[in-house]
Order: sequence, then structure tokens, then C-alpha cells
Amino acid sequence: MLNKDEKHSTLETALSWYEQGLNVAIATVISTWGSSPRPTGSQLVVNEERQFEGSVSGGCVETAVIEEAMDVMHTGLPRLLSYGVSNEQAWEVGLACGGQIEVYVEPLSGDK
Amino acid sequence: MKASTLKTLIQAKGQGQAVVLVTSLENHSQLVFFPEATETDGPLGGAVRDGFRTDRSRVVEFEGKRHFIQVINQPLKLLIIGAVHIAQTLIPMAQSCGYVVTLIDPRRAFASNDRFPGVAVRTEWPDKALTALGLNSRTAVVTLTHDPKFDEPALIEAMDSDVFYIGALGSRRTHLARCERLREAGVSEEKLERIQAPIGLDIGATSPAEIAVSIMGEITSALRMRVNR
Repeated sequence: MLNKDEKHSTLETALSWYEQGLNVAIATVISTWGSSPRPTGSQLVVNEERQFEGSVSGGCVETAVIEEAMDVMHTGLPRLLSYGVSNEQAWEVGLACGGQIEVYVEPLSGDK
Repeated sequence: MKASTLKTLIQAKGQGQAVVLVTSLENHSQLVFFPEATETDGPLGGAVRDGFRTDRSRVVEFEGKRHFIQVINQPLKLLIIGAVHIAQTLIPMAQSCGYVVTLIDPRRAFASNDRFPGVAVRTEWPDKALTALGLNSRTAVVTLTHDPKFDEPALIEAMDSDVFYIGALGSRRTHLARCERLREAGVSEEKLERIQAPIGLDIGATSPAEIAVSIMGEITSALRMRVNR
């Protein structure tokens, strides 16, 4: 049993948003190479108001993943993202640590 | 992910049950597997059983299609014997690290809800409480009372189980005396070596909060640096 003061887990946060009627997407790290900040299975959940909980990196790619998650909520279609070593160009999203990650982003949907 | 799948995952976690979620990265279908129901044949069943055994999430490919095998393990548990000052800072720290914490102390004056809000408290005798709560390889046990009559029954219970960490507060000298008593009670040397004492990493901690940091560091190291079973 969870105590009432215990923090909600990332997935519980996703469910509570969904039950409030918000669109929700779940992003999961499915593979990593080299030195990646968060291990496989790490999750970030996002709602349609761009509120998010959890992480898929050390803050390096979260902004980009949230934007992709907004799209996924809109289209209702999952997508696979891949991020690698930081590009020279400042506007490119990447991992400064030199690692690579694959992130699966899926919408939370009703049961049809 | 369907809302019903998410509810199944959350419910399993609440019941302390490990599950494996398999996601097809091609057609996006998802299946939840429980440990007792993995008689599934073929490469999928093998990958699921492998996931439960190794506690590793990974992408596997079969029939030319990629699948993500996500292991959602049983929650980590920390059982603390002794509703003392150190416990007051150790509890929120462990909860932040993802542990479901239970505090055990038969002395009701110590284990009051006012001193320990937001944690499950049990006031039965420590060995009885540990048996009732269930000890497994995702459990850490810490004794903090300084009193052999509370600490030692709990230590005996913990040494007889496959918990991944056992720590006991007390100086080197206290621990020598403790080991002597436990030997007389018939505990083997091999089991005694499982007790981390003096408890915690050696970081020169003095205040209760600093000692809690050193304990949480030692528990983390026991969890993350152990050789894969």
C-alpha cells in the first residue's frame, strides 16, 4: 500500500492526468549506447499542457522529447526517436556526454 | 499505451508484483506478462523469462521485428527497526530513492505518528514484523535501536533470508559483542558476515542526518554494485 504522503510514481502521474481528461504521452528509453545519463526503462510523461514528470536524460533532450510528445498526442501515433552526440551547432539537440539513446513515445489511449 | 494496460502496471506495482511489458516497435501492440504465466513458447517467451531473471529491459528482435522488453520489477523495500532520530531523516531519503519503507518499533512512544508522518509503522516484535512483511532480494533491513533485544531477533530473521542488505547500528566493539551473542545462538560465520557494521559508508558522519546519508549510500552500493545474480 502506498502512503498518502508518498510521491506518485511517474506512471501514476500519467494515469491521474488521463483520469482528469487530459491528453497524455509516455516516453521511454528503450536502448542506450555509451555513457547515457538514464538507463533503459527510464520514463518521462507529458500532458497536453506541457507539464511533465520523470526524465529520459540528464535534461539534455527533454525539451525536444516534450515537443515530439505533443505531436504524438495530436496524431495518436507512437514514434521512435533517437539522439546522439551533441552537434557543434547550438540549436541541435544532443547528448553532451557522447552517448546515444532511443526513446519510444506513445500516446495514452482509451480502450477501443 | 491503453489506459487499461497502464492500470494493470500500476496495480501490479501496488501489489509488489514484478511484470514484463512487451511492446512491438513495428505494430505498437503491447502485452503484459506475470512471472507465473510465462509458459509462452518461442522467442517471445524466452525473452520474457530472461527479463524476469536478469532484471534488464532491452530491445530484442525476432522474426525481423523489434520488440521492447520492459522489466518492471517489484518495488524496493526498506525495513527499519528502531524509531530513532536517524530514522526520521533516513525514511524520506529512502522514499526519494524509490523504496517503500516500513518502520518497526514495539515502543509506541518512539513510533508515534507525530514523529513519523507518511510512513507505515508497526509495533509488533521485530522478527514477527519482518516475517509478516516478507523478506526478498529487493529488501534491505536496517537495525537502529542499539538494544539487542529488538535488533538481534530482526538480524537473525534477515540473515535467514535473501535480503540484499543488512546493516546494524553500533560501534565496532558493540558489533563484536553482538556477533558473540549471535554465535552462541547458533548463527554461522558466513551469515554473520552479511551484517554491515558499523553501519554506513565511512564518510565521517556525525549528525543523525549525516549517518542517514552514509546508510543510504551503503544500501545503494549494495543494490547497484553487486554482481548480477
